[in-house]
Amino acid sequence: MNNPVLAIIVPRLATGIFILFGVSVLITLGIEALSGDVCSAILGQAAEPSTVAACQAQLGIDRPLHIRYIEWLGNVLQGDFGTSLANNREVGEQIGKRLGNTLFLAVSTSIFAVPVGIFLGVIAALYRNSFIDHTISTTTLSTIASPEFFVAYILMAIFAVKLGWLPAISNVDSSMGIFERLRASALPVMTLTLVTVAHMMRMTRASIVSLLASPYIEMAKLKGLKPSRIIVKHALPNAWSPIIQVIVLNLAYMIVGVVVIEVVFVYPGLGALIVDAVLNRDLPVIQGTAMVFATAYVVLFLLADILSMLANPRLRHRR
Amino acid sequence: MRHLIAFWEDLNISARIGLGIVVFFATCAIFAPWLAPYGESEIVGDVWEPLGGEFMFGTDQIGRDLLSRLIFGARNTMALAIVSTTVSFTMGAVLGFIAATRGGMTDQVLSRVVDVVISIPTLIASLIVLSAVGTATPTLVLVIGIIYAMPVYRIARAVAMDIEVMDYVEAARLRGEGLWWLMTREILPNALTPLAAEFGLRFCFVFLLIASLSFLGMGLQPPLADWGAMVRGNADGIAWGFMHPLLPAACIAALTIGINLLIDRWVHKASGLRDDQ
Repeated sequence: MNNPVLAIIVPRLATGIFILFGVSVLITLGIEALSGDVCSAILGQAAEPSTVAACQAQLGIDRPLHIRYIEWLGNVLQGDFGTSLANNREVGEQIGKRLGNTLFLAVSTSIFAVPVGIFLGVIAALYRNSFIDHTISTTTLSTIASPEFFVAYILMAIFAVKLGWLPAISNVDSSMGIFERLRASALPVMTLTLVTVAHMMRMTRASIVSLLASPYIEMAKLKGLKPSRIIVKHALPNAWSPIIQVIVLNLAYMIVGVVVIEVVFVYPGLGALIVDAVLNRDLPVIQGTAMVFATAYVVLFLLADILSMLANPRLRHRR
Repeated sequence: MRHLIAFWEDLNISARIGLGIVVFFATCAIFAPWLAPYGESEIVGDVWEPLGGEFMFGTDQIGRDLLSRLIFGARNTMALAIVSTTVSFTMGAVLGFIAATRGGMTDQVLSRVVDVVISIPTLIASLIVLSAVGTATPTLVLVIGIIYAMPVYRIARAVAMDIEVMDYVEAARLRGEGLWWLMTREILPNALTPLAAEFGLRFCFVFLLIASLSFLGMGLQPPLADWGAMVRGNADGIAWGFMHPLLPAACIAALTIGINLLIDRWVHKASGLRDDQ
C-alpha cells in the first residue's frame, strides 16, 4: 500500500462493492413487498388457495427470502437474470439489448454535450456578470428547472409536428444503419443534450469562478496577464478535476433523466423497460433493471471520485 | 410592512420575477375553488377545444376545462410537494442531528444505510416502492419523504458536525444536558438558516420528482388534477397539433424556475459569495 494512488483507490472500491451489495439487498426487499400478491394478481381474487400455492411454487416464491436472495445473487453474478413473467423471455437478453440502446443515447448525447457545456462554462466564467454570462446562466437555469418532458414535448411539437423533419416516435432496431439510427433518435438526443449542457455549464462555471478567487490567480492578474490567458493557462489545469467530476456525474444524471425521455419518445431503452415492468408487475425484469441502474450509478460515482483525485497533480506525484 | 419593503428592495430583477411567479401560483393554489371557473373534474365541453375560444385554455382529452384543472392542479401538486419536503426535512434533520451528536456506532450505521439508499436513483427507487405499496396520497408523501430524507440527512449531519464542536455545545454537555436538549436548544437554532436555504432547492427537486412520477402514472390518481398527469393525459394531442399538454408542463417549469431565481439570490447573500472581479 505504499503506492499513494492505490491507497486511494482500494478503499473506495471496497466501499463501492459494499454499497452495491447493500443495494441488491434493498432491491430484493422492495421486490419482496411487490411479490406478495403477484399470484393473486395473475389468478384473480377468487382463486383457490391451492392454485395460488401452486403458482407461488412455480415462481419459486414459496421458499424463504434469504435462500432466494443468495440464489438470485449467484445467478446474476453469472449473468443470469431469470425469465420475464410477462413474456417468458430471458431477462438478461432483454436488458442487454435495451442497455445497448440507452448507452447509444448517452454516448451520442455526450459527444455533443460535453464540449458545448465546458465551452459555455468557460465563456460564462470569462465574461462573468456580462450580458453573455447572464443570458447563458438564465437559459441554462430554465432548462435545469424544467421537467425533462417539457423540453421533450416542445422539441417534438417544433421538429416533428410543425416542421415534420424528425420522427416523433423513436423506432430504433438493430437492423438500422448508424445514420438512420441517429435520425430516429435525434429528438431524445437533443432533449438530453439541452438538459445536460445546462448542468455541465453551470458546474464548470462555478468551479472556475471559485478558483479565480485564489491568490495565484490574483498574482497572474497583477502581472498584467490577459483574462483569457489566466483562465486557459492558469485556472483550467486546476479546474480539470472538478470538470471531470461534472462530466461523470452528468452521465449518472442522464441515466435517470433518460427514463422519462424514453417514455416520451417510446424509445426502446432501459428506462422504458423498467416503467413497463413496473406497470405490469414483472418482478424479475424490475429486479434486474433496477440492479443495472443502481450499478451504473454506483460505478459512475466511484469513477468520478477516483478520476478527480487522479487529476489532482499533488496526488500523482509523490514528494 | 417596512420589512416587506426592505425585503423587496433588496432583491434584484430576476429574484423579483421569481417572487412574482411564486406568489402567483401560491394564490392560485390557496384560492383554487373561487378562482376556477368550473369544477375540478366537471366535463364541460368537447375533447380538446382550442385555446382562446369559449374556454380560455381550451379543454382536455375528455372535455374538462383546462384552466380549472390547471388551477386545481397547482393546489394538489404544490401541497403534495410541500408536505413531502417537510416530511423529508423533519426526518433527515432529526436523524442527521442524532448522528452528529451521538457519533460512534449510531453515526456509522445511519451513514452507511444512507450511502446505500442514496445510490439508487430516486426515480427508480420511488417507482419500485410505489408500485409495491400503492399510490394512495399518504403513501406518496411518506415514500417521497423518506427517499429525499437521505440527502437532507447528509446536509443536516454536516451542518450539525460543525456546530457540535463549538464551546457552547461542550458546555451544555458538561452541564449534563441530554440528547434532546442538545439537538433542539444548541444545534437546531444555529442550523436553521443553512437548512432553510436548502429547503427551497429540495422543494424543487421533490416537485420535479412528483411531476415525473405522475407523468409515468405513479403519482396522484385521477380524477384529482395534477400537472404531471395532465401532461401525460393530453400528450396524444401533440401529434394532432394541439398544444394542450404544453400548458401544464409550462406551469411546472415556470414554478420551479421562479423558485430557483428566488433562491439563487438568497443563497448568494447567505454565503456572502462575491462574484465580481
